[in-house]
Amino acid sequence: MELIKKYPKLFQWLFLLIVFFALCFAIDVPETYKFIRGQAEFVKDPNQSSYIFLGKEVRYYAFDVFWRLPPLLGWLPIWINDSLFFLMNEWMPMEFWNEDTQEFKTRPLLLQISRNLTSFMTFLIELIREILLGGLETIVAFTSWDWIDKNPWAELPGLPWTIVAAGAAILSYKLSGKGLALFAGLTMIYISIFGQWKPSMQTLSFILVAAPLSFIFGLGLGIAAFKSKRVEKALYPILLVMQTMPQYAVLVPALVLFGVGDHAAVIITMVVAVPPMILLTILGLRAIPPEVIEAGRMSGCNNWQLMLKVLIPTARRDILIGVNQVIMVCFSMAVISAFIGAKGLGFNLLLALNQLNIGLALEAGLCISLIAILLDKMSLAWANKQTDYFGNLTFLQRNKNILFFASTVAIGIILAYVGTFLFKDTFNYLFEVPHNKGLSTADFWNKGVDWIFDTFFVYIKAFNTWLIQDVLQPMRALYLRMPAIATLVLVVGSGYLIGGVRSALVVCALTLFIALSPWWDRALVTAYMATFGVVISCIIGFTVGTLCFQNKHSTSFMLGVCDIFQTFPSFVYLIPVMMLFGITDTSVLIAVIVYATIPATRYTIEGLRSVPTGLHDAATMSGVNKFQRLTKIEFPLAFPHMMLGLNQTIVFALFMVIIGAFIGTEDLGQYILKALSDKNGAGIGLTLGICVAFIGLIFDNLIRTWVGQRKKHLGID
Amino acid sequence: MSEPIIKCESVYKIFGENAKKMLDDSNGNVDAKTFQENGCIVGVNNASFEVSKGEMLVVMGLSGSGKSTLLRCISRLTDATGGKIFIEGQDLLQLNNKELINLRRNKMGMVFQSFALLPHKTVVENIAFPLQIKGIKTEDSISKAMDMVKLVGLDGRENYFPRELSGGQQQRVGIARSLAVEPDIWFLDEPFSALDPLIRKEMQDEFLRLQEKLQKTIMFITHDFDEALKLADRIAIMKDGIIEQLDTPANIVLNPATEYVRKFTEEVPREKVLLIEDVMDTSTKDNLGDLKVLKDEIIENVAEKILTQEKSVTVVDSNNKVVGSINPTKIINTVFGGRKNNN
Ligand SMILES: Nc1ncnc2c1ncn2[C@@H]1O[C@H](COP(=O)(O)OP(=O)(O)OP(=O)(O)O)[C@@H](O)[C@H]1O
Ligand SMILES: [Mg+2]
Repeated sequence: MELIKKYPKLFQWLFLLIVFFALCFAIDVPETYKFIRGQAEFVKDPNQSSYIFLGKEVRYYAFDVFWRLPPLLGWLPIWINDSLFFLMNEWMPMEFWNEDTQEFKTRPLLLQISRNLTSFMTFLIELIREILLGGLETIVAFTSWDWIDKNPWAELPGLPWTIVAAGAAILSYKLSGKGLALFAGLTMIYISIFGQWKPSMQTLSFILVAAPLSFIFGLGLGIAAFKSKRVEKALYPILLVMQTMPQYAVLVPALVLFGVGDHAAVIITMVVAVPPMILLTILGLRAIPPEVIEAGRMSGCNNWQLMLKVLIPTARRDILIGVNQVIMVCFSMAVISAFIGAKGLGFNLLLALNQLNIGLALEAGLCISLIAILLDKMSLAWANKQTDYFGNLTFLQRNKNILFFASTVAIGIILAYVGTFLFKDTFNYLFEVPHNKGLSTADFWNKGVDWIFDTFFVYIKAFNTWLIQDVLQPMRALYLRMPAIATLVLVVGSGYLIGGVRSALVVCALTLFIALSPWWDRALVTAYMATFGVVISCIIGFTVGTLCFQNKHSTSFMLGVCDIFQTFPSFVYLIPVMMLFGITDTSVLIAVIVYATIPATRYTIEGLRSVPTGLHDAATMSGVNKFQRLTKIEFPLAFPHMMLGLNQTIVFALFMVIIGAFIGTEDLGQYILKALSDKNGAGIGLTLGICVAFIGLIFDNLIRTWVGQRKKHLGID
Repeated sequence: MSEPIIKCESVYKIFGENAKKMLDDSNGNVDAKTFQENGCIVGVNNASFEVSKGEMLVVMGLSGSGKSTLLRCISRLTDATGGKIFIEGQDLLQLNNKELINLRRNKMGMVFQSFALLPHKTVVENIAFPLQIKGIKTEDSISKAMDMVKLVGLDGRENYFPRELSGGQQQRVGIARSLAVEPDIWFLDEPFSALDPLIRKEMQDEFLRLQEKLQKTIMFITHDFDEALKLADRIAIMKDGIIEQLDTPANIVLNPATEYVRKFTEEVPREKVLLIEDVMDTSTKDNLGDLKVLKDEIIENVAEKILTQEKSVTVVDSNNKVVGSINPTKIINTVFGGRKNNN
């Protein structure tokens, strides 16, 4: 009794666990239950039950409701599909002027909007693409094909790679200095000599459209939400779901709405990249001290000036993190959207992975990563740039970069022209090194992979078998063994113990949605993989973070490493693991672990860093040794911050698990991938995406609530 | 007297959801307690006063008494819940956005309690900011800002960022920024509180010198009575949003209007506040010494001279006409005694 009074929370948790396990043991696995012949496979099987809702027939295998809930939401994907179809093809027909046929034509509104958006995006992408690579489309857009036929000279020539490389280096130099310039130059040269020029420029043109648009929209909406409570209220739930929605899942509806191609990729990238930008903009604007705003007002700013010169610059730190996120997402999507026909490096990467040509995949992946890092650093440098008012510069000094660039343009053109003579019979390498005509290390890597396989095959195989048979399979079985009611009780109970009735209700609703969807089993598998990944990532991240924190240099080194790793598109992580472990669950899990360790490490370090230094000194003065200081002071204080890291770790892990479906796993991701090639996949893809998002949100809600209380308790913030 | 530059007529500022309605219902009788029970916080309660051209009004009061809020109302950073405010005869609350912006760009300057510098701009950029907002060319604004940097003694640090400056240095940037547009009306919210005593004294002297020259209309918030005495033409003492008394320093000390003001001024050294005139004996006596003092001299400045005398000292006005006399014992009483039973 004394104990119960002393630790009431502890006993509540114990009680919850006891109930959970009791339920698990009390409810037996039904004899007819089999995982893979799961629910909502729409085959006719006389054993299936069915019901009809909104005119849609939903078929499923019925079990005891305590074991698995019936998929009462099974009609939702079909309904979403039909609604989308209706909206696109029948809703609000209107008269629109058609340029090509020169007459009015009746079309559904949404279809027309989608067409206009498509042609606008296509135009933007083509414009940039043709500046970089040359082509006809842009000129055609302003004139017509007939005109081109009559004027065969009219074609954008494209820039020789030498000019782009020099341009990138000069711009980097102007923005940040020698280091970045060197990096930019080397990156470009690497891309060129390795024959990745064309796909790289295709990817780049995609990014150069998607990133600025996402930035502008995100910033604009963020500002709107900051100014108006109503906008914020409307945006917030969407933002939350989008934050945890795997990028895969949005592809499918985009397919339906915008078709296949780069334009669809740009639009879908915006859908994914804008939410974090909005959130960070709001966050940054909120954090501005009111007096700074008042100072701006007293300086006589009108609303525009206040926004552009006071609010946005003051919130710069968070907005920059937003830009960083946008760039990250864009590159990630550059790969993922290859599924819906985006050209460029991503396409090559997927193709190579599909053919198990690890070497080629590696090269493409490296290119993407290099460009990603370069753009990330350049945008940072641009934002941090200061103007110098006091230098009395001459015209030459002031414009030296422009002059320099102009001269390189001239040199580049001359070189390219000379090249036409030099390489008369082959390709003009001074203009562009064609794909697969450059150097390639693919063979080397492939041989390396083979060698690794040959040499370590036994060990890898043994490890693989052990992991799968002794760890993963049992764990998976355990997860699947949970009756739905037990899971529900556990989750809702945790919600109640952590955040009271409110949290319990939110969490309950989220869980019920998944439980009532046709994919509960798949969700359990997703959860098991994510759990495994998260646990290991946290252990690694926590240890590494703590160790690195002991020393200033290793701290900043580790943060730098995290920065760079974070910039890699998520798909790139699949390359090395496939190299080592082939196509197995192990590969996916290791990719998950590597990917999810980044936020775990980063937040550990930043959490420890956020402990006020005053406390360090105070602790040292009271004679505490280093270890005591760590366990008694730093960990407890840094813990809330670290828990936010856990939050991120979970989201990262979930994303990677879903992407892992590409290698072949049996979770929700597999179905999302399937939906991609399904004509009626939009509803399924979206619902699946929402399921994954909700898994993330359940943890998000619990962790955030807990952190909030803990912080209040500790009196931080 | 010419028209007052700042004129407030029963200004109220009440924070809270339905503050406006509650104020209307209360018929101007605002009781902080009842408002608080209804979820409203009274910031400023029925403030009426005038500040004329070239005058310096110092506002004092405990923390949370509504000083900053009053200033915010007069600069319309927040809209007063009730009452009228006139700036140079213009009804402030009737100004549209554009007029307000013009007023701020050309007439008003403000120094903030917490500095409120723009973190992404350097010292000189911060100071040039209001000028650039006005649309002045970059070079001109920067060179003007550099003058200001020199004025507040930060030369050599013009390219520092606010985060690289100490609190006092930041505050000096804030002062320089508010001065850059040469405002006629100057609001200062505890401008010197972050400075060390030496710099503070220097800044006060500099401030007085500037004021002598520029004759701005100033509202100045401080917690430091010495500072108030040194600078103020008149002092307003606030409590819970109400202006308890607004008068010359001497009157506040000699005739506190309320118990609160009496308590507030209890510890104030009289000799720093009172003039000879305030304590002299007007019934002219014979048997006066040779020493003559001016009637509007502060006691502290002449006390030593008077105390060397044995006889009473003649008090004269600026035309050297005898207007009264003062006995050394009277000075001793003022300085050392009678602090408790003075009036
Ligand atoms: N935006 C606001 N919302 C609600 N209440 C406010 C707000 N601003 C100020 N107050 C309240 O108004 C009262 C007066 O605040 P004000 O800042 O004017 O005090 P002050 O006299 O300047 O104090 P200090 O000397 O500490 O600066 C305080 O009780 C404060 O809590
Ligand atoms: Mg204040």
